[in-house]
Amino acid sequence: MKHLDEYRDRELAAPLVAELRRAVSKPLRVMEVCGSHTMAIFRNGLRSILPTGLELVSGPGCPVCVTSASHMDAFIAIAGRPGVRVAIFGDLFRVPGSHGSLAEAGSKGAKIDIVYSPMDALELAVANPGDLLVFLGVGFETTTPGIAATILAAHHRRVDNFLVFSTQKTMPAAMETLLSDPQLKIDGLLCPGHVSSIIGAAAWQPLADNYRLACVVAGFETADLLKGLTLLARQVANDSIKVENAYPRAVSWEGNPRAQAMVAEIFEPADMDWRGLGRIPLSGLKIREQYAHFDALSRLAITLPEAEEPKGCLCGDILKGISTPRHCPLFAGRCTPATPVGPCMVSSEGTCAAYYKYGQDLES
Amino acid sequence: MTGKTIQLDHGSGGLASQQLIAEVFLKHLDNPTLHSLEDSAVLANQPGRLAFTTDSYVVDPIFFPGGDIGKLAVHGTINDLAMRGARPYCLSLGLILEEGLELDELEKVIISISEACREAGVAIVTGDTKVVPRGKADKIFINTSGIGFIDDHIDISAKNAKKGDIVILSGTMGDHGITIMTRQAGIAVEGKLASDTMPLHRLVATLLKEIPGSVHVLRDPTRGGVATTLNEVAGNCGLGIELREESLPVRPEVRAACELLGLEPLYLANEGKCLVIVAAEEATRALQIIRGCQEGREAAIIGELVAGKPGRVIINTPVGGARVVTPLHGIPLPRIC
Repeated sequence: MKHLDEYRDRELAAPLVAELRRAVSKPLRVMEVCGSHTMAIFRNGLRSILPTGLELVSGPGCPVCVTSASHMDAFIAIAGRPGVRVAIFGDLFRVPGSHGSLAEAGSKGAKIDIVYSPMDALELAVANPGDLLVFLGVGFETTTPGIAATILAAHHRRVDNFLVFSTQKTMPAAMETLLSDPQLKIDGLLCPGHVSSIIGAAAWQPLADNYRLACVVAGFETADLLKGLTLLARQVANDSIKVENAYPRAVSWEGNPRAQAMVAEIFEPADMDWRGLGRIPLSGLKIREQYAHFDALSRLAITLPEAEEPKGCLCGDILKGISTPRHCPLFAGRCTPATPVGPCMVSSEGTCAAYYKYGQDLES
Repeated sequence: MTGKTIQLDHGSGGLASQQLIAEVFLKHLDNPTLHSLEDSAVLANQPGRLAFTTDSYVVDPIFFPGGDIGKLAVHGTINDLAMRGARPYCLSLGLILEEGLELDELEKVIISISEACREAGVAIVTGDTKVVPRGKADKIFINTSGIGFIDDHIDISAKNAKKGDIVILSGTMGDHGITIMTRQAGIAVEGKLASDTMPLHRLVATLLKEIPGSVHVLRDPTRGGVATTLNEVAGNCGLGIELREESLPVRPEVRAACELLGLEPLYLANEGKCLVIVAAEEATRALQIIRGCQEGREAAIIGELVAGKPGRVIINTPVGGARVVTPLHGIPLPRIC
């Protein structure tokens, strides 16, 4: 892990903090798009040492958080069907739907497996030939190539009982919708490192051009975050708006063409429901007709139920960066990680979970 | 007994039960007190105050690198006694077995319990076995209760922590928790992950012999990890605890696995580590004593008790920032102990 320690070192961090302080010569608001960035910023204690004038706003980059209430209800309904076994990433387990969560469905007998990779879900399908294994696909560009590769593997191995319920989302299209909201006032984007490793730094160019937004792709260690924020502050101070890549050890300008090709082979763009943002044209991915055999939506004839957001929950506005958890009347009262009302309190990348876990007032 | 499995009548109290007791339990765990097989063990009194504790063990898988459910059941209860400054005296052993468990697996666990008891110098003096139908339990569940004695001049409790006291951790964090979690997830990690399960009563006895008045609090950070245990201490004593992130000892392979799974070592279970809170003036001496013990070679000073932040645990990060360390909540952790 030496390669990570280099980016966390105290001696290395001090000059970077000083550099950031110098760079913030006029006030700026920056949205960290990605939930992993939100968590990393809190975990490193960066918020407690940010220069005055630099304000951070959390964005919609937590896949579980932007999963719509209606998708959540559909997931829970599928898990309860006889003969079905669902495989999920752990974060989804405790997210409340309109009536209970997958965790509750599991306690009543639904077959739910937590996996670390979609390939594990495929192996579960092979090991349980009597069940239809449905992988609940929740995620952005980072997780999609793994799902595409798994569907290809299932195709080659002729696995008949492996299905994917795709709610996969794509980031730049959603950001366009978000940025067209006049309530959101930001000067720059700390662009997600993992997503950009797939789609490339170039994917952010239209946002820089059309919305005059400073864009810097950044990694997740202390030095990465400080460097990314410094570059953003300089762009704003010098009025030289562009896309910069501060994470070149993982991200290229074009991204990962092999992953992109694999995704394009399996998926095609589709309209997608986002919690808080509503239905955004072509901001999601559906499985192509050619691979419909692996598509849970068509094979299980799933229709999405009508569902309402939990009453009083501000997840939607928090995801849009126009509110913060502290403004939510439920935060840390009725809604805690032990008794979550909205998904932002459940996910390990959720803004509310980050505020709750790390952001409590140090002096109180 | 190769190939044989546990049947429901092994728990009936009849002939099969007696055979199991004779051929497995007494064979490996025998001692004069247990040997009578009467309804309760009768024990000679010992000087000092009596400490009494109980814990149940349901870890999955039952065998893992560094230990097994049997060792864990002995060490865990010994450590709970030691954390109040007690000398462990004896243990009870309650087993709930799932029908169909391989007898060989059961015997392996009992041999492990026997070895752990012998090594720790603590005997099983009474026990009980039940068998439940297949699917109603997972292989083997164990409960151990323990009795120990505390010397009259010893008073170890979270409420004794004082402002300025120093927090020492007796070794690296998270070894047990990450070993179990990677096993459950079927993830192979480069380097050798192993549980740290071990008894800490000798380390505690050495400390209490050398600096009895200066040791204020002893806690073993098991489920919930160092973060949760220190929050409990902070809550109990009404003081704050400040940690320095770089001082926290973590093995590189544990750190690597945590990065992979998105976990924090601060929240992972330990089964052979203790937090020692000592008077500041004896902190260096305490660290030397702990490091001089086989169980504490990698001990480190990790923080101190402070006024002004009652009940809070704060961590100072390498970048010069600070954040609150909350207790563990709501994270879907598997069964780890």
